[in-house]
Amino acid sequence: MRTLSYTGLALLALALLAVPFVPQLVYSVFVMKTLCFVLFACAFNLLLGHTGILSFGHAAFFGTGAYVTGQLVKAYGVPTDLGILAGGLVAAALGALIGALAIRRSGIYLAMITLALSQLVYFFFLQAPFTGAEDGLQRIPRGTFLGVIDLRSDTALYYVVLGIVAAGLWLVWRTVNSPFGNVLRAIREHEPRAISLGYPVARYKVLVFTISAGLAGIAGSLKAIVFQLAALYDVHWHTSGDVILMTLLGGMNTVFGPAVGAALVSALNHYMDPFGAWVTVITGLVFMTCVLTFRQGVVGELGQWLRSRRASPSAPRARPRSPAQQQ
Amino acid sequence: MDILGIPLQALLGQLMLGIVNGSFYAVLSLGLAIIFGVLKIVNFAHGAFFMLGAFTAFLLAQYMGLDYWVTLIVAPLLVAAFGMLFEFLFLRRLYGLDPIYGLLLTFSLVLVLEGGFRVAFGSSGQPFATPEQLRGTINLGFMILPLYRGFVIVSALLLCLVTWFIIERTSLGASLRAATERSELTQAFGINVPRLITLTYGVGVGLAAFAGVLAAPIFHVNPSMGSSLVIIIFAVVVIGGLGSIMGAIVTGLGLGVVEGFTRVFYSEFSSTIVFLVMVLVLLLRPAGLFGREEG
Repeated sequence: MRTLSYTGLALLALALLAVPFVPQLVYSVFVMKTLCFVLFACAFNLLLGHTGILSFGHAAFFGTGAYVTGQLVKAYGVPTDLGILAGGLVAAALGALIGALAIRRSGIYLAMITLALSQLVYFFFLQAPFTGAEDGLQRIPRGTFLGVIDLRSDTALYYVVLGIVAAGLWLVWRTVNSPFGNVLRAIREHEPRAISLGYPVARYKVLVFTISAGLAGIAGSLKAIVFQLAALYDVHWHTSGDVILMTLLGGMNTVFGPAVGAALVSALNHYMDPFGAWVTVITGLVFMTCVLTFRQGVVGELGQWLRSRRASPSAPRARPRSPAQQQ
Repeated sequence: MDILGIPLQALLGQLMLGIVNGSFYAVLSLGLAIIFGVLKIVNFAHGAFFMLGAFTAFLLAQYMGLDYWVTLIVAPLLVAAFGMLFEFLFLRRLYGLDPIYGLLLTFSLVLVLEGGFRVAFGSSGQPFATPEQLRGTINLGFMILPLYRGFVIVSALLLCLVTWFIIERTSLGASLRAATERSELTQAFGINVPRLITLTYGVGVGLAAFAGVLAAPIFHVNPSMGSSLVIIIFAVVVIGGLGSIMGAIVTGLGLGVVEGFTRVFYSEFSSTIVFLVMVLVLLLRPAGLFGREEG
């Protein structure tokens, strides 16, 4: 199975690298948008899947990244690479702040608090003088990357986005598969026990909030560069809902399941776009089906099916508690 | 007469608007608290049911020519029935799981309802006439009060008090509170807890729909009228704590008034003041004003 997944990964990497060469098959801007959401969803899942914290306000970080990068690049002529970095840093700082406030309560209250705080951020961007309110920040120049790569070409931009998203995903993977990640899972499984073992749980939660928000911010920054637009929808609670759906649909107990969910939801939004408000209805129905019938998500269910198929001929093995620990 | 440079008339006008909004907050957070008490689920769809109430009343008036007073009773009952059906068919399957799944399921219902109404009616508002008997104003001596707004305040508060009375002072309320504390033990005493749960959800949803019908003549009836409201209600509930019925009512009204004053003195903050108060409460008294510490 290990070789199988390596082969799969290699094939996926090849396919992603080939995207700009087959414009008649896939539209590279659409793939870039999907990649942004892949990073966003995997970063979000650090909280939901790996720490057991539901943040209902992650659009605040995504949108902050988009606006900060957009404003820096457009109004102050900051190089694009630094702009993206700044977007991630500001979002991370905001994540530390919101995280520190939100973890004063837990569970369902935490979800409500993050939603309310993200609404605060939404109103900030609605009213702040530089954001263009309902119109958003438009015509953000793409600029150059590291001073040499001209990002006006979709192909060049594509490889830059792919590289940054891959680096971000690597960071997520490293975080999950580290002693730090183990403590996060301990908090998820049994918080009082983690506390009694002497772990400063609050500090761990704020730190994972910060990492997650920073990566979400970078995803937003990239989106702002790709579309040359930072708009209110990026900070709207609809976007927070979308990222939860992506994560749930892909499988929140896996590392890269949310990536699959992000691809599915992006495709849904992309192909259903001509049907207007029906998108919302269909998103809602998919969401409902997910919550009611397959809470493990696509990747989670698939993994379980593969394991059960391998285990079934001989003696049945105890089912692992969490697929995340298997990866 | 001026207070801090603001004409008294304007101040009282905004205060009255604040109390109107506060009554909506009170009715909605009350329903949310009742549902949370028994189902342990935060009903994200509360705002959507508010919107559904307003739309049902609008449709009943438009296509069946029903009188406002009839729709004020019928629309909440219809919406409550729909809510109970939703609980019976779907929500029920999630009991015993992590409560976030309940939040997510009701959130998905918001998307379906809001999207559906947007498909059918577009995003713009539908006008809704104030009932004839309640047009005009009365002069209270110190201010002029539009009759309908007075009616909203009085009926919302009355509804809150009746609900409080039923829960705290009647035998039905006693079994409800028993089911909140120890649902299995209550079941063992021969009370049909699943039915009680469905009924409770219906009552909470009905309250939201009633508020929606009340709000219809004041705000335009539109598909997203509930979703911005529900986020404010969440903040109200974080501030007040979901544990206490009276707490929900008092916090709702109080925050409406605070919002009204903010609109007078610092209008840029009027849409965010509730969230800022929430931040303050989280810093000073994390369990909420009326809250018991919860898991």
